[in-house]
Amino acid sequence: MFSLENLTHIIDHALNNTFNATIAMLIEMVIVGICAITLFAVLGLVLVFMERKVSAYMQIRLGPNRVGYKGLAQTAADTLKLVIKEGFTPDNADKFLFNLAPFLVMIIAMMLLAPIAFTKGLQMWDLNIGVLYLSAVSSVSVIGILMAGWASNNKYSLIGAMRSGAQIVSYELSAGLAVLTMIVFTGSLQISTIIASQQDGWWIFKGHIPAIISFVIFIIAVTAETNRAPFDMAEAESELTAGFHTEYSGMRFALFFLAEYVNIFIVCAIAATIYFGGWMPFHISHSIPFADLFNKGMDFIPGVLWFTGKTFALIFLIMWFRWTFPRLRIDQLLNLEWKYLLPIGMFNLLLATAIAILGWYF
Amino acid sequence: MFLVDYIKTVYNGVTSLLKGMRMTGYYFTHHKEIITQQYPDVKQVLPERFRGEVVMTHDEKNEHRCTGCTACELACPNATIKIVTKFDITPDGKKKKALDTFVYHLELCTMCNLCIVACPTDAIKMAQSFEHSVYDRSLLTKVLNKPGSKLMEGVE
Amino acid sequence: MIEEVGTSPEGDLIINVGPQHPSTHGVLHLVITLNGETVKNCEPHLGYIHRSIEKMCESLSYRQFIYVTSRMDYLSSHINNQGCSLTVEKALQIEVPERGKVIRVLMAELTRMASHLLWWGALGMDVGAFTPFFHAFREREVINDIMEETCGARLTMNYIVPGGVMYDIHPNFQQKVKDFITLFKSKIDEYDTLVTGNIIFQQRMKGVGYISGEDALSYGCTGPVLRASGVKCDIRKIAPYDGYEKVQFEEIIETGCDSYARYLVRMKELKQSLSIIEQLLDNIPEGEFQAKTKAVLKLPKGEFYSRVETARGEFGVYIISEGGLTPYRIKFRSPGFSNLSALHHMTKGSKLGDLVATMGTLDLVIPDIDR
Repeated sequence: MFSLENLTHIIDHALNNTFNATIAMLIEMVIVGICAITLFAVLGLVLVFMERKVSAYMQIRLGPNRVGYKGLAQTAADTLKLVIKEGFTPDNADKFLFNLAPFLVMIIAMMLLAPIAFTKGLQMWDLNIGVLYLSAVSSVSVIGILMAGWASNNKYSLIGAMRSGAQIVSYELSAGLAVLTMIVFTGSLQISTIIASQQDGWWIFKGHIPAIISFVIFIIAVTAETNRAPFDMAEAESELTAGFHTEYSGMRFALFFLAEYVNIFIVCAIAATIYFGGWMPFHISHSIPFADLFNKGMDFIPGVLWFTGKTFALIFLIMWFRWTFPRLRIDQLLNLEWKYLLPIGMFNLLLATAIAILGWYF
Repeated sequence: MFLVDYIKTVYNGVTSLLKGMRMTGYYFTHHKEIITQQYPDVKQVLPERFRGEVVMTHDEKNEHRCTGCTACELACPNATIKIVTKFDITPDGKKKKALDTFVYHLELCTMCNLCIVACPTDAIKMAQSFEHSVYDRSLLTKVLNKPGSKLMEGVE
Repeated sequence: MIEEVGTSPEGDLIINVGPQHPSTHGVLHLVITLNGETVKNCEPHLGYIHRSIEKMCESLSYRQFIYVTSRMDYLSSHINNQGCSLTVEKALQIEVPERGKVIRVLMAELTRMASHLLWWGALGMDVGAFTPFFHAFREREVINDIMEETCGARLTMNYIVPGGVMYDIHPNFQQKVKDFITLFKSKIDEYDTLVTGNIIFQQRMKGVGYISGEDALSYGCTGPVLRASGVKCDIRKIAPYDGYEKVQFEEIIETGCDSYARYLVRMKELKQSLSIIEQLLDNIPEGEFQAKTKAVLKLPKGEFYSRVETARGEFGVYIISEGGLTPYRIKFRSPGFSNLSALHHMTKGSKLGDLVATMGTLDLVIPDIDR
């Protein structure tokens, strides 16, 4: 069967045979970089279009339907408009930080892409502390937002950035605890090992009660971390006009916008990896009759499809939240985290540890 | 009891959220409910009472019913209508007041319908057109009586 | 004066919300003093859409000035027109035929429903839910289509003239309204599912924007704002006009005094308006729809006042006539102005998000406040 793993190996071998190790490494890096940037652009276009269509159908509208076939070229047209638009810098803004912020946010989103496994072997960097790396790097993105809010010299931006700071720092904890709960089961921080451990069933099924609780906490926490409604306090259109990116326009605004969607993709990819087995097809335990036959059948669907399918299903869930719920107030938001999610998450961690020690999972 | 109440509130809260999601999910999957009107492609037929702009009715002989009595001009709250009259000589040699030009400023009109109600001879009516945008404001000043038109016979 | 620095002497942040801001519903300008997220003071600045309507009316005849009032509270333009016509009719002692009165009430209640529907959608936007807006507009569109067919316009109808209404109802009117009632009854539960029952929405509304009945009265609040504080004030009940005394309906009183109570009052009023329409729709009396009036109306010398209940509260028209063709002085008492003045009281010490939500429950229409 054709597999992307072979492809990457073939390229790797070919390069190593032609050049010496250092140059081969450099060429590989360039290829990976180009792939990552292309993926970014495509993801941005697809996710923005998806968001607009999902919101439209939920709001009994048609959504974009004029540019291109069924409006498919709409986001491309919008991007073109943003690129040729003037990037305006306010007079008393801190010019250096103001210009740096969108790129910082973007670079952090890009760095997060490194340990994500798209299918077997198609992974940029399978480092042994993959999950820790993800949660560590994703907390840096708040610096970009604070920078943008501070440098804009706008009170709305400042309030938005401060809200965002309080929010991301708080919800980071819950997201971390939720992931930790699953690490107790997997026993490894490495993405490839986590996926391999789901060979005979995804953790959401194998880990039963603690896994489901942890998944719910994780989804709520990452919705808040990515500043999505109902936790979009940093933007809060009806309160702060546009929050931290009020003063941004043109391409720099587009970078913030793109980073938001790429962040959603990444957190959903993490959730898909940890709870739903990443690229691992839907396998059932060998103790069930005809399990091998069923598992073989499932293997015919390529891993990339499994991965993107799961990720996009989770993205749809997050979009569904956004277009249904009203926004929380800032104090309610922090209450939810510190009074509900964090205690439940800690209790859940204990429960998971007990279950893992006693071996009460499948 | 505290714990029971706590669990109850959490349960009710979560069900209320799920109910809302079920509703938006229903509309997401049922595309028949979509109410978007694809305006320039599909044009809606407007009801005959819709007030779009003032027009003067002319019959096939290019005759209108306006006597130039200026009742509409007096009824208009915004000075939208300006009527210029002239004196026709009737066959018996008498001078008679008649309409020369009926100037209508669409840019000032609020479609209040008071001129239509005031008109004693039903010479003007409201048309159902609504796409009035033009590049130059002066194009909105219109002359309603067609060139060469004259008063319909029998209208006093 | 607002300082350039943007902080108060105590070091609090001063923010200008508006006149261009997504949730002030127009060109309202609020100067807010913020201590962190807490609103310490909120001061509305008016005048951005002042068009001197009262002065304008002094140069218009008694038939002409009515259409201008559609442009004040444009969401209940029909009820504004009704208030003006009632004053002129009172002065000239014109008796409106029964049919005319019933048509007026039907249209007024439809307008009230359209206004409340728009408010519901806009409130959803204020608290951050975008979907209700479109769902509310679906039903509102149907009302607008009914208006368009009978009155000739969707928003600024100018359908009421002194002595009755301008035209008779359109032949399709009754059937269309019946269809609307069926549609609306099937959709009203969705509103509760999507917004009213939602736990986040309830948390955002309950205990927020508190104003007691006494305070509301002293600020001059009327309409749903005052009724949510437990005070009876519905003009349709306490001083019935145009035959409201003959229809059965309840005056909705809530005692919560908070944003949620104001929300409930309006949602229940939607149902009451529907029941009024149902009662009258099949019982429109035959006869004239407009009383015979003189072509030129001349009010006798004196002062005349009448009031109506718009979707926002009490709307009063006060005319001083010198006996001429135009009013000597005209004064409108608009509900939005008084309701806005209570905003400062309601939001002191609340969070910035609550300010926006409270403003949403006041149902402000800025041209009505500025005139």
